[in-house]
Amino acid sequence: MEPLEIAERIRERFPEEVVAVSEFRGQVSVTIRKGRVVEICRWLHDEPELRFDFLKDLCGVDYLGRKPVRFEVVYTLYSMRHRHMIRLKAEVGEDDPSIDSVVPVWIGAGWHERECYDMYGIVFNGHPDLRRILMPEDWEGHPLRKDYPEKGPEREWQGFREVLDKAEKLKEFSWKE
Amino acid sequence: MEGVDRPLETRELNVSMGPQHPSTHGVLRLVLELDGETVVKCTPYVGYLHRGVEKLAEGMTYLQALPLTDRLDYISSMSNNVGYCLAVERLFGIEAPDRAKFIRTMVCEMTRISSHIIWIATHALDLGAMTVFLYSFREREWLLDLFEKLCGARLTVSYPRIGGVRNDVSQEFLDSLYEFTEQFPEKIEEYETLIDQNRIWLGRTKGIGVISAEEAINWGLSGPVLRGSGVDYDVRKRFPYDAYDRVEFDVPIGKNGDVYDRYRCRMEELRQSNRIIRQCIERMPRGPVMAPDAAKFTLPPKERVLADMESLIHHFVLITKGPMAAPEGEMYVATEVPKGELGFYIVSDGTGKPYRMRVRAPSFVHASLLPRLCEGSLVADVVANIGTIDIVLGECDR
Repeated sequence: MEPLEIAERIRERFPEEVVAVSEFRGQVSVTIRKGRVVEICRWLHDEPELRFDFLKDLCGVDYLGRKPVRFEVVYTLYSMRHRHMIRLKAEVGEDDPSIDSVVPVWIGAGWHERECYDMYGIVFNGHPDLRRILMPEDWEGHPLRKDYPEKGPEREWQGFREVLDKAEKLKEFSWKE
Repeated sequence: MEGVDRPLETRELNVSMGPQHPSTHGVLRLVLELDGETVVKCTPYVGYLHRGVEKLAEGMTYLQALPLTDRLDYISSMSNNVGYCLAVERLFGIEAPDRAKFIRTMVCEMTRISSHIIWIATHALDLGAMTVFLYSFREREWLLDLFEKLCGARLTVSYPRIGGVRNDVSQEFLDSLYEFTEQFPEKIEEYETLIDQNRIWLGRTKGIGVISAEEAINWGLSGPVLRGSGVDYDVRKRFPYDAYDRVEFDVPIGKNGDVYDRYRCRMEELRQSNRIIRQCIERMPRGPVMAPDAAKFTLPPKERVLADMESLIHHFVLITKGPMAAPEGEMYVATEVPKGELGFYIVSDGTGKPYRMRVRAPSFVHASLLPRLCEGSLVADVVANIGTIDIVLGECDR
């Protein structure tokens, strides 16, 4: 199915949920509200004519000051049988950065959602194991947010301090003439 | 003797495997809960190699971000570069010329061979077959020397450019590569003689780490890990890029989805890659290696910068502001790298820097599969399972 047709199908089925449909060089994005995201994903996965069984990618984007709704969670979907692709973008507001987890639909979303939580602070409701994944567990802040400084936080991470202290202590075992 | 009649007490044991462990292929840490020899629970910890590539790229121009992609999957850097360049090219709406496409296809397949060689070497070493390691690194060395001849670097090549490749290939290079392709099939047979019918190898790989086709799709697996389960999905066939639609090759597919089938898939891929390289050399068209409108995106040659005013200004603008012709939009482009599907999702806001660059790393997805493969299996098979998904932690942690 052509990507624009798929977008039309989604709009037909969930008229209140679809905010916008945009196309860029043949790739179509459907922006949706976050409320019924699992229901939409489940339908996309199960509908025989669509069969989006392969979650290629899930990531967050921060549009700080550029769009009225700050975050977007982007799902890139593909169908192994019908060989078509669509991009779904769920809007997540800054005041309540949470969205339902799609792990029940695609189990492979688990780590992607953990990463998205780690990097943007978006909470995925119903995720079986929502912990930080790339950053240390006691890290403060969410690095990929646009208001997070590129050079890192002002205050040094506690864990790094501990490593340095330990290295200092181990010096007494170093080679002495 | 006291206490002999008492029943033997057992308790669950927690083992922390890694981050420094020879068979975790990098800095991966697994916390295993063991009940005797059986793994009850397996929790992977990644992120030790996190360098924040996605954040760094947001502060760089499209040109500057290219060397970052080398450092993702550092043993197949060429494919990463090509994946990134393709994503930016599609975003900008330009296309590399034919000769560059063939060169890229050729070097991508060279990378696939060198990456699969590392995989078979370390995987066999983990499972107790040491000789394969020594044999296969001989061929890898040959390929790395060829890379050096091509662009001066062996590992972090940064050879492809947005709109083409950095320099043309010489006939001498093509000749020595052709010689490699003539000898390589024999070498593959050599590796296979060492392990293919080996009883220990079969015992360690057959029926281990089985994953069904539906489950593999649901997990989002890609590359040989997915094809080992019998799913015919190859980005090179489904979304042909560069010259893949102009060369003939087969996509090997497994049946049982176990460690052995994934091994067979990769070995067959070595032969197919060899075949693609030969075809690329034979069919290589003549012509330029940079797109005609690539001047907007790529630095002009150094000798022109020093001699002519236009080029100097051009050089200055590209370095300070990045490519000026970036449109507003977003693009997801996937390529088939040795590990699986590498996707670049780039959001552009019309400036010379990517607003968001997301790297969909196959190793990241495959590493998440480890608990599913290991739980319930024997502790010795954990090593086989790590080897079979062929992860590189540089790409996993980005």
